[in-house]
Order: sequence, then structure tokens, then C-alpha cells
Amino acid sequence: MKLFLHQLRNEQLIFWRSREAAVFVFFFPIMLLLLLGAVYDGDYRGHPEIDYLVAGLLGYGTANTAFGGLAILLVVRREMGILKRIRSTPLPSSYYLASALVSMLLVFALQAVAIVVVAKVVYGASWPPRPFSLVAASAVGAAAFAAMGVGLAGLIRSAEGASAVVNVVVLPMAFLSGGFGPPSRYPKLMQDVAELLPLKHFIDAITGILLDSEPVTGQGWALLVVAAWGVAGLLLAVRAFTWEPREA
Amino acid sequence: MNAVSVRDLVKRYGEHEAVAGVSFEIGSGEVFGLLGPNGAGKTTTVEILEGYRRRDGGDVEVLGADPERAGTAWREQIGVVLQQSQMWPNLTVRETLAMFAGYYTEPRDVDEVVELVGLAEKSGERVKTLSGGQKRRLDLGLALVGDPQLVFLDEPTTGFDPQARRAAWEMVRSLRTLGKTIVLTTHYLDEAQELADRVAVLVAGRIVRIGRPSELTGGARTTEIRWRENGEQRTIETDDPTRALHELTTRALADGRRLDELEVRRASLEDVYLELVQDQDLQGETA
Repeated sequence: MKLFLHQLRNEQLIFWRSREAAVFVFFFPIMLLLLLGAVYDGDYRGHPEIDYLVAGLLGYGTANTAFGGLAILLVVRREMGILKRIRSTPLPSSYYLASALVSMLLVFALQAVAIVVVAKVVYGASWPPRPFSLVAASAVGAAAFAAMGVGLAGLIRSAEGASAVVNVVVLPMAFLSGGFGPPSRYPKLMQDVAELLPLKHFIDAITGILLDSEPVTGQGWALLVVAAWGVAGLLLAVRAFTWEPREA
Repeated sequence: MNAVSVRDLVKRYGEHEAVAGVSFEIGSGEVFGLLGPNGAGKTTTVEILEGYRRRDGGDVEVLGADPERAGTAWREQIGVVLQQSQMWPNLTVRETLAMFAGYYTEPRDVDEVVELVGLAEKSGERVKTLSGGQKRRLDLGLALVGDPQLVFLDEPTTGFDPQARRAAWEMVRSLRTLGKTIVLTTHYLDEAQELADRVAVLVAGRIVRIGRPSELTGGARTTEIRWRENGEQRTIETDDPTRALHELTTRALADGRRLDELEVRRASLEDVYLELVQDQDLQGETA
């Protein structure tokens, strides 16, 4: 535990020390909230659209940090030789991966609080009615998206390509899944495609908890789909993830 | 007890045998050099010893354990400088060392390590402000911060300017005085000659010569006497340099000739090395 906390503290140091990246990662979703909140000011299925937007951005934020952020972090460190170097120390690999993930999630947790507060203050959104259920669902989603992130890292060959690949995957997925506002005007085809995506089901679960005050147990099916994607990500990770640089 | 013992080590990449039956032993406290041209299998061999790669044949024991199966207790005892690796650009030298120190149960004092690798003035500076040589010294510091018994240095001075190389050599010598066992790979002959107690010359995955640097040249055949006469380079190779030189100079004096740029030299390690590498290449071509 001491070793894990040591590494977690250092992961936080590394994240916040790189100020440009930290500011970008932290403020980007809040900027999206401010922009999109000005557009989504109506109602959808009996709820204010801004509440849908908050649920969507929380889902997007989870994917963006646990999936995209973790994948980029791992690819960059792999290509720098840092992962390989760490492997020769007594720090167990599982601790290393776990602390990188938890560090990302700490950043996301801060961000989630900021999103809820800004949405409330600026656009009069509701407070989350079931904070415990929200955290529990987020934990399931974060674990699943993290597994997919490690798998994706195995597929990306170069550090330069990492953020391009991640954005090409995450941004369309978030858009289709309703991450940037309720999909009220989406054509049928787009809604059908969205059904195939893990983020759609995750955002559905968050929306149910946030808007309909359902407990996390009421979202069993949606979270099961997310977890299944997580298992697929894990299998991919076991096959494709490596600790050594690809472009040596 | 030997720190490292390797018997009939084989590693294949597809059809290619990168390491083709290598055996050697390294005593505790010894500085052992693996010398060879690029692609000879030095890094592959060392990375098998470090536990990064699995072997396809042979036996390997490092500090009493098989690196393929060794755990965290074993990693406490080894220090690694990889051929290529970078560190986080925005952490300071001290922070980076402190992070690694935290992985070990009995690390060295961080400031002591900073001092040891000559980065005291850079301790509070970010890694991205370091020069190439300073970054390499940080790598060395990271390998030492866990206070290991055995240190692997994979081409520690490649790309250094002459001054930085001298400084790195000093550092390796100071490691030896700390009683560390050191495994060093290099393609620089002078480096192996300067630092290593024993050297294995590795060519195309095989050890073609192993011994003390002086022994490697010791068996070498002849002494060379060179001089310049009437603008022409002349050379005698001889097994009896005293007599040959005496005869040469006696005749020259008698004839009143000058022997310009007269030079007597024993075959250097470099000659032996180049010959070994060349022989092996020729064999490779005819095989």
C-alpha cells in the first residue's frame, strides 16, 4: 500500500508538473460544457437538456481519462523507454498500471465535481440525486474503459500517433453516444450505430441515475454491456500490450 | 560465488540466431566487458541476464536465480542502464531519483547518489534542461539508487564527446571501488580496455575470445617495426624485435641513412580485435 501511494503521489506530480497538458485535459470538458450549455437550453423527454448534457459529459470524461488518457500515457512512456526501465525495478507492474489509472481518475473526479458545479451555477442544472450510485457506476465504467485503454495502447505504434488515434476513436464515439448533449435530432442510423458502442450504454446508465434518480442497481443491463466491453479490452490488452518501445 | 554464470546460451529471432551458444562466468566484484560490433548480440545477451528476454536454450544464473523466474527481491539487487531510455522531462533530477528510490526497501540516500554521479549542481533542475551526458549520468544514478550488487551498463558512453566519456569512465571506476559487479557492453575497444577486468569479444552471436585485456593481445604474434625511407613506408614484422631493430639501425648507421619516423609497436588490442571481427565475417560469408 505504501508503495502504491508512493507511486500515486509521483503520478500526480508528473501530471500537474506538465502544466500545459494538465490545464488542457482539465479544462477542455468544462469549456465544452460552457459552449454546449448555451445551445441545449430546452427540454427532452421531460427533463432539461442541460441535465442530459451533464450526464453525457461525465460519461465522455470517464472515457476521455480512463480510456484515452491512459492509452496516450502508456504509449508515450513505452516509446520513451520508461515502461521498460520501470520493469527492471522491484515495483510490480500491477501497481504501476493501477497507480497510473487511479491518478487519472483523481483528475477526472475533480473535473466531475467542477462540471456539476459549473452546470449548476451557470445553467441551473440539478444536483446529482444519488451521488453514491453515480460513483459506483463511474467506477465500473472507469475500470472497463481503462482495460480498453490498455488494449488500445497495444495497437498504437508510435508516440506521435497516440493522441490522433485516441481522438479519432473517442470524439466520434462520444458524439454518437450523446456525450455532447441529448441525441434528440440524431438520424435513426446514427442511433443504431450508437447502440453498438460501450460509451452509449455507460451514458445511459449515468443518465438514468442522474435524471431519473434510479439506483445503480437499476442500471444492471447497461453496466453489464460496459463490463463486457471491458473484458474484451482486457483480452486485447493481454494479447497486444507490450512494455518495450516499438520504434527502437 | 559467481555473480553471473551463463552456459550455452541461445537466442533466436525467427531463423536468425542472435546468440549462438555463449558461455561465460562473472565473479563477484568483477568488471566484465562484452565487446563487439553492432549486431553482435551484446544487448540481447545482457537483456536476457536482466530478465527482459526469454532464452531459447542454455542455462543462466544471475545472483543465484534464473532471471526469467526471478521476483522483486532479485530486482532489489540489480541496477540497469538501458541503451536507450528517457525520463519525465518535467520532473527534477532529485524528484526522479526519489521516485525510483521509493521502489526499493533499502535505497541509498538520494543526495548521496546525486553527488556520486556528479549532478549536485543540477539536483533541482528539470530533466529537460540536462545535456545528453548529464541525462546519461541520471540513468546511472537511477541504476544505483537501489544500492544494487550488480549493475548492467549497456553502451553507457555511446554518443559522448571525449571529455564526457572520460568522466563516465571515472564513474565506473568509482563503482568498482564500491565493490559492485559490473557488466558493461561496448563497441569501443578502448573503453573495454580501460574499464574491464575481463573482456569477452562477441562476434555474430559467438564469443571469439575471452580473457584479460592484456591476455587478448598477449598471444598476438609479432611486433611491427615501421619507418619511412625516401618517402616510402617500410615495415618489418618480427618475433624478435631486439635483434631486428639492432640489425636495422646498425646497417642504417653504417650506410649513413636516416630512418625517418622510426616506430616499434606491439600488436594492440585493436589489431587483435579487428582481426577477430574480420575473420569471423569472412567465415560468415563462406559458410
